[in-house]
Amino acid sequence: MSDDRTISRLPDGLWTQPEVSAPDLGDIGNIEPVQRIRVPAAMTYDYTPGEAPTRFLMGLAEKKILGEKCPVTGDVYVPPRGMSPAVGLPTSEQVEVGPKGSITSFCVVHIGFGVNAPPTPFVSALVLPDGAAVSVYGTVLEIPHDQVRIGMRVEPVWADDADLAPSFESIRHWRPIDEPDTPAELLKGHM
Amino acid sequence: MRDVAIVSVSQSDHVRALPERNEVEMVQPIIEGAFRNLGASISDIDFVCSGSSDYLAGQAFSFVMTLDAVGAFPPIVESHVEMDGAWALYEAWVKIQTGHADTALVYGYSKASPGDLPRVMSRQLDPYYQAPLWPDSVAIAGLQARAMIESGKITEAEMAAVAHRSREAARGNPHAQLQGSAPVEELLAAPYLSDPLRRHDCPPITDGGVAVILAAGDRARSWVDRPAWIRGIDHRVDSHNLGARDLTVAPSVALAAAKAGVANGKVDVAEVYAPFSHQEKIVVDALGLGDDVVVNPSGGALAANPVMGAGLIRLGEVAQRIMDGTADRGVGHATAGPCLQQNLVCVLEGEG
Repeated sequence: MSDDRTISRLPDGLWTQPEVSAPDLGDIGNIEPVQRIRVPAAMTYDYTPGEAPTRFLMGLAEKKILGEKCPVTGDVYVPPRGMSPAVGLPTSEQVEVGPKGSITSFCVVHIGFGVNAPPTPFVSALVLPDGAAVSVYGTVLEIPHDQVRIGMRVEPVWADDADLAPSFESIRHWRPIDEPDTPAELLKGHM
Repeated sequence: MRDVAIVSVSQSDHVRALPERNEVEMVQPIIEGAFRNLGASISDIDFVCSGSSDYLAGQAFSFVMTLDAVGAFPPIVESHVEMDGAWALYEAWVKIQTGHADTALVYGYSKASPGDLPRVMSRQLDPYYQAPLWPDSVAIAGLQARAMIESGKITEAEMAAVAHRSREAARGNPHAQLQGSAPVEELLAAPYLSDPLRRHDCPPITDGGVAVILAAGDRARSWVDRPAWIRGIDHRVDSHNLGARDLTVAPSVALAAAKAGVANGKVDVAEVYAPFSHQEKIVVDALGLGDDVVVNPSGGALAANPVMGAGLIRLGEVAQRIMDGTADRGVGHATAGPCLQQNLVCVLEGEG
């Protein structure tokens, strides 16, 4: 159907579905089978991020990456969700982390999804901001994809001041900086 | 069968909307409360099971995020049902019966406020014939109320009396969202919402949740003086096809009640999950309860209705009364689906 939405930009044949076959149902088998009904369903939610994510998002509007500290282990979680998942207790102390960080893992993307995807190939990465216990997701640009490596030092490229907002999109992408790589043993447990 | 008991119950103070907190921030104090009652921690728990719905949260796999409130490290044994927490309790009870656990944390919650709950509830209907028509949950309940009234099984005045009694009882429930009610005559003078249902016949929309801890045998006795023992528990379903059912009865309640052994002793108290006023009579009749049974002393779902938690709360309210000695034997009931389609019945009892 012409009004079908595109569900994938994967090359033809990567996702396939067998032809629907009319079962042997006697006379009813001669009736043109209903192969599909269209039932559009949409629901609207007024989503609120919560207390800790609100603090984090507001920080992004000021070019700050704010993590939150576990009261027991001292680990700093970013982006915070309000809890230390290791102990099940609220995180309440805010700690500014980064903005510099180290790549803890990456992949080279050859098929981009979504209208905002950079030109392929590009690098998706997990970046461990300095002082944080966990990595955040981002894209790494301004470097050929085959030169990205685990341990590489990066910094965020922020949106123009006029475009800064309480959104993760305030970080446009990450780019390499001229600092020695972080040794793998220091990244252990943070990947 | 192993003896398994509810030994701790913790609820939120239920509210219409809790926009400042996300789900895990809402749930964490509830779970912490269940632990605090016993001086316990996650290291004392062999199995964790929760009940919630992504459709309420508007987020896929939303229950994974609320697990952050449990303290799931080192890794725990965990499960989830896209159902009321009462069914999560059933799964935990089975887990303990198998001998794979002696203790369990069970919780159920909903943050219904971000979405349009009556429309969200329509998504549980048959996807080909009913859901495309978007009948909201109040209208669906209205079909059932109409069938009740037309068959002479209830009157609008009797429905209003249930609402009045429930919300007046809720004055004694510090967690309730709606406490107190206008007189029945005043309720009956109000306009219809979905004729024959008026606003008072419907449950409030609620953000909130509940957590309980289960324990087997001596483990339960070591934690509390008077555990609320699960003497019987069963759940059954009627057809999802509304047109194929007599909406004025709930055979699945009656069958679950028989299997759970409701009639095997005197019932002091019953907490039934009847979110709409006319449904209480259907459930109470199917449970076979007499006039001497105190029904919904907490106010029931008409006083607070955190979907996916309200059924487990019913079991918790009965357990609480057994643990504090104000009841010896009680029945907790939970429902799911449209018009009391699926039902769970649990008989709880104290010792000595």
